[in-house]
Amino acid sequence: MARYVVRRLLQAVAMVFVVATIVALAIHAVPGDPVYVILGEEQVTEARVEAVRDELGLNRPIHEQYFEWLGNIARGDPGNSLISGRPIRDDLILRIPRTLELGLSSLIISIIIGIPLGVIAANTRNRWPDIFITSFSVLGLSIPVFVIGPLLILFFALYIGVLPTSGYVPFGEDPLRHLSRLALPAISLGILSAATIIRMTRSSMLEVLGEDYVRTARAKGVTQRSVLMVHALRNALIPVVAIIGLQMGTLLGSSVLVEQIFNWPGVNTYLLTAINQRDYPVVQAVVLLIAIVFILINLLTDLTYAFLDPRIKYD
Amino acid sequence: MTEQQAGKTQSATSSASESSKRRLQESGADKLSSLPARRSTFQVAMANPRVWIPSIAVLLLVVLAIIGPSIVPHDPLRINSGDMLQGPSSTYWAGTDDRGRDLLSRTIVGTRTSMIVAIVSVVFATIIGVTFGLVGGYFGGIWEFITMRTVDVLLTFPPILLAIVVVAFLGPSMTNLIGVIAILYMTRFARITFGSVAQVKRREYVEAARVVGAGNTRIILRYILPNITAPIFVQISLTVGFAILLESGLSFLGLGTPPPAPSWGNMISAARSYMQDNPAFVLMPSLMISIAILAFNTLGDGLRDSLDPRLRQ
Repeated sequence: MARYVVRRLLQAVAMVFVVATIVALAIHAVPGDPVYVILGEEQVTEARVEAVRDELGLNRPIHEQYFEWLGNIARGDPGNSLISGRPIRDDLILRIPRTLELGLSSLIISIIIGIPLGVIAANTRNRWPDIFITSFSVLGLSIPVFVIGPLLILFFALYIGVLPTSGYVPFGEDPLRHLSRLALPAISLGILSAATIIRMTRSSMLEVLGEDYVRTARAKGVTQRSVLMVHALRNALIPVVAIIGLQMGTLLGSSVLVEQIFNWPGVNTYLLTAINQRDYPVVQAVVLLIAIVFILINLLTDLTYAFLDPRIKYD
Repeated sequence: MTEQQAGKTQSATSSASESSKRRLQESGADKLSSLPARRSTFQVAMANPRVWIPSIAVLLLVVLAIIGPSIVPHDPLRINSGDMLQGPSSTYWAGTDDRGRDLLSRTIVGTRTSMIVAIVSVVFATIIGVTFGLVGGYFGGIWEFITMRTVDVLLTFPPILLAIVVVAFLGPSMTNLIGVIAILYMTRFARITFGSVAQVKRREYVEAARVVGAGNTRIILRYILPNITAPIFVQISLTVGFAILLESGLSFLGLGTPPPAPSWGNMISAARSYMQDNPAFVLMPSLMISIAILAFNTLGDGLRDSLDPRLRQ
């Protein structure tokens, strides 16, 4: 087990290094001269071109650029934005909590919806509640988040008018308005992973309900409610917990779209704005950050799996 | 234990646990020429309503993508500044968008964009991925390392983010879009093929072929590939669904199909500011995306049930 953990950790570190290298060299994949791509077609002075080239380090040998960038990243300082001139680190510190808040709220919503519906579906197998819940989950998996989002805005914000369409208000300024703006993006994102959690809970419950110890519990007269909650659910939840880990990766990917739909000023909108402005240092920093988070999520999921399922071979 | 050894143990236990009846069936199937066997698989699959119902939907989408541009009532690109954001009428059945362009025509032509990107990229993904899986799974060793570690690196990212980054550095175009989707999703085919090859390559008929002097290429193409097609077909259907999702997601972000060419994703993006003026503006492309993804997902699930009964839940 210890060997497996160490090997998996080393793999993760190696992966971060590979991704950092790719990100560092990506600017050289820009067709043409990246400096002119950044500055655009407008008339620019030779001095400005040289300033940006210097800022990006593009006038030095490629290995120097690479090691300097790695060194800066290792010190936690990815440099300044080319457009605003602000340190990228400050912008990230401001925006990371917003993306985390959105991700965690949607995860909580998906667990609150997903697990009970999965249990109900398993308990009413092939009857109406099950058919209804299973269809909901199939739809949830097939309807993209950038369709669900606008539809929720259309219904809740424009027709009923109970929630604002989009935007962001800091929690400290007005907690209620903050939460009302969090609701729709968190729900759009939550429906997606709720669908997966429903599927997993249902099939896992069905499997467990067929086990001998559940039959034994029934035979000794345990009530249906107690069979479900005490005997079956606890064991059925093991694979569901692992799936929830994987869901965090999916949520991270989909939050790009959700932040864009609802103008949520998180890390992803920062990335998209930087892409549109050709602010390559910001793009590089955010991409590396997201990759590291994703690698960590994968690592934790694998380790959780290993702890929960002793059948996994560790060495 | 290395992964390769784990694969050996796995295939040994699985073949040991399989009933002799199943083994007889398989060796029987191998003696037949591949044509009748494939047709019967097709017939088996088509008997399942979860296969033929989504198959019809997929067929309709493909037909719409092919003949769409010749049956549209209006030019999808023509701007009619007098007819902006109209509701459904007898002239414009679904109304018009913010530039007075016919929504029905744009939605129909958008089908072609999405289907071309999705299908072409999945064709490439299948070719690259299956080749990776066959080479890595059959030869093992350094080949396994090269192919499967490449796949691992690609899987480090959420697909949409990797696609965004590539398009950010290379610029949006249909070619870049197809290329990035193909490379992202070849990982699914590489993994599935690798897993299947690891199991199949130790079967008796492969050993037999080797004994009678068949070369590696012949063994791979004649004896291994035909026996691992079922999971690949399932994956093709599911992946087309994912590719449609990714194409429209990127177009929604303005990084996919460049306007004014209509695609479902860039239509939804444009519709966001005008949802109250003409709800059909957002509803038409939303409906089509959902139907398309639902069709390919259900087809994939149905095929899995029919072609591989062991995976049935």
